[in-house]
Amino acid sequence: MKILLKLVSIAGLILTILPSIGVFYEVISQEENKYFMLIGTLLWFGPKIIFKAK
Amino acid sequence: MLLEKLSAHLEEVKEYEREPVPASRWRGFKSFLGMYAGEHTAGTEFVIGPLFVAHGAGAMDLILGLLLGNFLAILSWAFICAPIAVRERVTLYYLLEKICGKHLTNAYNLVNALMFCFLAGSMIAVSATAIGIPFNIPLAKLTDWLPSGLPWIIIVVLVGTVTTFVATLGYDKVEKFSSIAAPWMILVFLAAAIAVLPELGVKNWGDFFQVAQDKIWTGKPLAGQSKFTFWHILFFAWFCNMAMHIGMADMSILRYAKKWTAGFASAGGMYVGHYVAWLASGILYALFLQQSNENLEFAPGPVAYSAVGITGAICVIIAGWTTANPTIYRAGLALQAIMPKAKTWKITLIVGSITTLAACFPALVMQLLDFVALYGLVLMPMGAIIFIDYWLFPRIGLQSNLAVVKNLTFNIAALVTWLGSLLACYLIAKTTGLEIFFLGLPGWFLAALIYIISSYAYQKKWSK
Repeated sequence: MKILLKLVSIAGLILTILPSIGVFYEVISQEENKYFMLIGTLLWFGPKIIFKAK
Repeated sequence: MLLEKLSAHLEEVKEYEREPVPASRWRGFKSFLGMYAGEHTAGTEFVIGPLFVAHGAGAMDLILGLLLGNFLAILSWAFICAPIAVRERVTLYYLLEKICGKHLTNAYNLVNALMFCFLAGSMIAVSATAIGIPFNIPLAKLTDWLPSGLPWIIIVVLVGTVTTFVATLGYDKVEKFSSIAAPWMILVFLAAAIAVLPELGVKNWGDFFQVAQDKIWTGKPLAGQSKFTFWHILFFAWFCNMAMHIGMADMSILRYAKKWTAGFASAGGMYVGHYVAWLASGILYALFLQQSNENLEFAPGPVAYSAVGITGAICVIIAGWTTANPTIYRAGLALQAIMPKAKTWKITLIVGSITTLAACFPALVMQLLDFVALYGLVLMPMGAIIFIDYWLFPRIGLQSNLAVVKNLTFNIAALVTWLGSLLACYLIAKTTGLEIFFLGLPGWFLAALIYIISSYAYQKKWSK
């Protein structure tokens, strides 16, 4: 479970930074980037807060 | 009852305030690297980067000025602050008490607490700019000093109240949350800047420098702003944390280091927060200026929101809050040193109220560069006193730690040094027109010189 939550957190960080590079190379739009970054934010904080709560 | 319980819990925390840190609590280089990177990627970065743009910094001046200025700051941590920190392993306050006496240390604590209040106030204002987005409230302009209206005051008071309430409950949870948020915040800064580069005209990395010169750091200040040169940037980067390195405040942190070389770990904060984050927030502000036709409204929240949406706004709120919260707590601790019998939460409540009142005035954010420089300058002479007292006095026959040795509550030589060096800095600025950013360097040497001379005179009465 812990490993899974860690993986989700790391995925969150990747989702925070990677789409912006996609915007730069015109692979995705600014609007899509905003959604990806928000999902990344939730994935990063969610498991971390669960971890700390436990 | 709940508050009392939490307050009692806080009092139980062992921070080695009046004794050296034991070897079992020493920490390695890596933990300082992460801590510095987190601490120096904060709410202030959303303000300082854009202010460089507003002050007309040139692209090459900024890139080189920050590179060198930050390098000098790292050397100051490593060679001035860290060696004494790991030899003595006590807090700045305790060492000051041994040198300057209890009453003068209290005066230092009072000034420190006030400065902390203003710094936290600016961060509450930064968070408020993001929370105000859905309400579309009128925001302050770069040249504004007074609140923009009642809605702004209401939002600031709300943010200030919540921040103060959380600070009264303790520091532990906020610190943990800050450490979670730090890597994410760094990436949001970076991602936001990369994502808006195409809108500024950067189509491939080769275009970056040309666009940086033409559209971001153009070298032309905005209306009503002074012009920043390479030297302004270098000295600002070097001395914006003057109170922490040559002012020795980070002794309290670096005393936990295994070796003095942990001072070099400040590179984590300097090159992530004070380089990447400043450049990134400057890029975001340049786009905001371009899109708003050089609107002088200055609001980190809307700037980040327009770049990366809700994530940007959340980042501004968290960055402001995680900086304001521990700063209020530290201000409370500094005041508690003066009034040790008062309850921590009551003092934090008073500090939070002063902070919230200060946050209503946008001047605090708009003049943040000058405020940060002033904050360092006012506290720096005490760092010079410690440095000279520790390294030079035993070699020239003067008594180190005079207050504890002679049982003094007030070391007059230290007071003369503190006030004298500040007066000298003021006179230098007045007569030569030198700006505040440049006063730290001559100020430190002046403080050192005044301390040696005044100590010779003051210590004579004991050598007779």
